Amino acid sequence: MSTTKVSAARLAPSKGGRRKLSLPVVLLLLAGALALVSLVRLISGANDVTSVGQVAGALELAVPIGLAGLGGLWAERAGVVNIGLEGMMILGTWFGAWAGFQWGPWVGVLFGIIGGALGGLLHAVMTVTFGVNHIVSGVAINILAAGVTRYLSNFTFADEPGGSSKQSPRVDEIDKITIPGLSDWLQDLQQHHWFFVSDLAGIIGGLVTGLSLLTVVALLLIPLTWWLLWRTAFGLRLRSCGESPVAAETLGVNVYKYKYIAVVISGGLAGLGGAFLSIVATSIYQEGQTGGRGYIGLAAMIFGNWMPGGMALGAGLFGFTDSLKLRGGAENVHAMLLLLGILVAFAAVWQLYRKKYVSAAIAAVCSGVLFTWYALTDQVPSQFVDAAPYVTTLLVLALSAQRLRMPKADGLPYRKGEGK
Amino acid sequence: MKKLDKDRLILGFAGPALALVVAFVLSTLVLLVSNRDPFELYRLLFEQASYSDVQVLIINQAGTYYLAALAVAVGFRMNLFNIGVDGQYRLAAMMAALVGASVDLPGPLEIALIVIVAMLVGAFWAGIAGILKTTRGVSEVVATIMLNSIATSLIAWLILPKNFGDQAAGSNNLTTGEIHESGWFPGLSLGPESGEIYGFTFVAAACGLVYWFVLNRTRFGFDLRATGASESAAQASGVDAKKMVLTSMLVSGAVAGLAGMPTLLGDTHTYSLDFPVGIGFTGITIALLGRNHPVGIALSALLIAFLDKASSPLDQFGFEKEIATIMQGLIVISVVISYELVRRYGTRRQQQKVGEELAAGHALTTEKEAAL
Repeated sequence: MSTTKVSAARLAPSKGGRRKLSLPVVLLLLAGALALVSLVRLISGANDVTSVGQVAGALELAVPIGLAGLGGLWAERAGVVNIGLEGMMILGTWFGAWAGFQWGPWVGVLFGIIGGALGGLLHAVMTVTFGVNHIVSGVAINILAAGVTRYLSNFTFADEPGGSSKQSPRVDEIDKITIPGLSDWLQDLQQHHWFFVSDLAGIIGGLVTGLSLLTVVALLLIPLTWWLLWRTAFGLRLRSCGESPVAAETLGVNVYKYKYIAVVISGGLAGLGGAFLSIVATSIYQEGQTGGRGYIGLAAMIFGNWMPGGMALGAGLFGFTDSLKLRGGAENVHAMLLLLGILVAFAAVWQLYRKKYVSAAIAAVCSGVLFTWYALTDQVPSQFVDAAPYVTTLLVLALSAQRLRMPKADGLPYRKGEGK
Repeated sequence: MKKLDKDRLILGFAGPALALVVAFVLSTLVLLVSNRDPFELYRLLFEQASYSDVQVLIINQAGTYYLAALAVAVGFRMNLFNIGVDGQYRLAAMMAALVGASVDLPGPLEIALIVIVAMLVGAFWAGIAGILKTTRGVSEVVATIMLNSIATSLIAWLILPKNFGDQAAGSNNLTTGEIHESGWFPGLSLGPESGEIYGFTFVAAACGLVYWFVLNRTRFGFDLRATGASESAAQASGVDAKKMVLTSMLVSGAVAGLAGMPTLLGDTHTYSLDFPVGIGFTGITIALLGRNHPVGIALSALLIAFLDKASSPLDQFGFEKEIATIMQGLIVISVVISYELVRRYGTRRQQQKVGEELAAGHALTTEKEAAL
C-alpha cells in the first residue's frame, strides 16, 4: 500500500514538470518577440514585414490552415487520425462555390461545411464502424474527393457563364468590416516606421482592416473549441475517447458516438476552411485550389502540440510566411533569416546556460550559417519559403518530440467490448 | 489442418472479389445518378483495352505502379507507412536524370549508374524519416508527408535554369537536360503501331521476384515480418527493432527510387516539370489492393493502369474521364472495408470452430491420441 503511494507521489511532479505559462508571461514573451521583429525590420529595412497589408494578408492565408488544423484537432482528440483533411477541404471548396454562386456566399459557407462533414462522415464510417486503418481511410478520401469534385464540375460549372470544368463562376463576396477611424489612424502610425510602436500599429491595423466576417467566425471557433473540449462534460468525454477509449467505455461513455461526432465536426471544419478558400480568398473554385493546405493544417496542429492555442500560433506562422512570399517577399523573407539567426543564437545561449554543450554547439553553428546566408545573399528563393512550414514542423518534431504529447490512443483501433 | 488452409484460401479470395463487386456496383450507381449509361462505359473501357497500343500503355504504366507499390508494401510488411514514396521517386528521378545528363559512360554502365543514383537518392530521402523515427520517435507518417512537400520545393528550386535546370528556347517547360543515349534502356518493340514496352518493366517484374524471395526465404525477410507482426516479440527474440525500422525504410526508399525509372529511361530521358506525379499515392492503393503479395500487387497494378489508360479517351464518347478516379477511390474504400469484414468473419468462424470442437471434446482427445 505504502509503495503505491510513494510511486504516485513521485510520478506526479515529473509529469507536470513544465511550468504553466501565465497570462503576464505570455504577454511579455509576445512583446519581446515583437520588439525583436521590430529590431530586425529596422536593421534590414524590410518595412513591409509588419505593414497593415502584410498582417491582413497573413491572417487571410492563416485562416484556412487554422480551420484545417482545428479539424485535425477535433478528430485526433477523439483518437482518430485524419489525413483526409485535404480531401474534406477539397469538398468544402467545391460545395462552397457551387452553392455560393447560386444562392449567395453564406449558403455557400453552409454547403462547404456540409460537404466537408460528409467526407468526415465517410471517414468515421470507415475508421470507427469498420475499423479500417485511419491513414488508409484518409488517403482513400483524398483520392475520392479529388475525383468526385472534378467529375461533378463537368455537370455543374462547365455550362455556366464564366465557369469551366476546372473552375466555378464568381461567388459574391462576404461583407468585410473595417473600423473606419481606427484603421486609418493605425495605418498612419505604421507608416512612420518607428521602433515597436509602428509594428504594433501594423499588427492591430491588419486585424481591423478589411476583415471578412467569415474570418471573425473562424477566429471565434478557436476559443470555442477550447471551451467545448476542455471546459465541458461533453469535451471531457470526447477527449477521454482519444486518451483511453476502454476506460471511457467502462464509465458508460458511448465511444462510437463521440468518435462519430468528433470526426464529422472535424470534416465540417475542414470543409469550412475549404469554403473560406473558394468564397473569401479567391471568390472562385479552382481545381487543385487547396494545394496541400490540409496537410499544412495537420502540421500546424502537431506544431501546437494538439492544443488550440498552439495550433493557432502554428497556423499564424505558416500564414505569415506565405504572405511574406506573396507580397513581393524576396526581401521580406530575407529579413526573416536575420530574425531566425537571432532566435537560434538565443537558443544556443540558453542551451549553454543549461550546460547542454552539444545542442548549444549545434545551435551556434546553425545561427552562424543563417547570419552568413543573410550577409552573403539578397534574397531567399521562393521555393525555400514554400518548404518553410514543412521544415519547421520536421524540426519541431525532431527537437521536441519528447515534449509533444499526442492523445494516447490516437490512431489505435478500438472496438466496443474488446478492452482488456 | 488442410481444411483450415482451404478456408483461408477461400477467405483470401473472398476479400478482393467482394471489394471489386462492391466497387463495381457503386460505380454503376454513380453513373446512373449522373445520367450516363454505365454499360456503354464499361463496353468502351474494354474496347479500348483491346487495342494493342493501349495494351502497351497499360503494361508500361503497370510497371511503374508495380515498383511504387512494392516500395509501399515493404513498409507495410514492417508496419511502417511510407506515404513518402511520392516525394522519394520524384527526387530520385530528378537526381538520376541530372547525373545521366552530365556523365557519359558506355551503355550498361551508364544505366547502372543512373539506377544506382536513383536508388541512393530514394533511400536517402526515406532514410531521413527513418532516422527521425528511430532516434527521435517522430511518426514516419507525418515525417514522410512533410518530406513529400519539401521534395516538391527542392525539385522546383533545383530545376531552375540558374541552378541545374535547362529551358528549351520558346518553351516554358523546365528540364534537366537529356540523358546521354547510352543511358536509354532498350525496350521491346511490338511493331510500329503498338509502340514498345519499356525494358525497365521487366526489371520491375524481376523486382517482384526479389521481393518475394527476400521476404519469404531469407533471415532478413523473416525478421522484417516478425517485427511487423509484433515489435516486442521480435525484440525479445533478438531482433534489433530500431535497426529493422531504419533498414526497411531505406529499402522502401530505394525501391521507390526505381519507380521513376521506367518512364525516365524508356520514354522521356529527362526530368521535366510535367514528369508524372502522384504515383506514390497510387502505389499505396495498389499495395493495399494486392495485400502486399507480389502477384496480388501485379494484378492490381494492371487493374489500376487499365482504368487509367482505358479511360483517357472517354471524353470523345460523351463520358467524363474523371469517373476513373472515382472508381479508383471507390475500389480502395471497398477493398479496405471488405478485407476488414472478411477478417472479422474469419476470426469469428475460427473461434466458433474451436469452440465447437472443444465442446465435443473431440479435438483434444484426437490430438492426444495422435501424439501417443
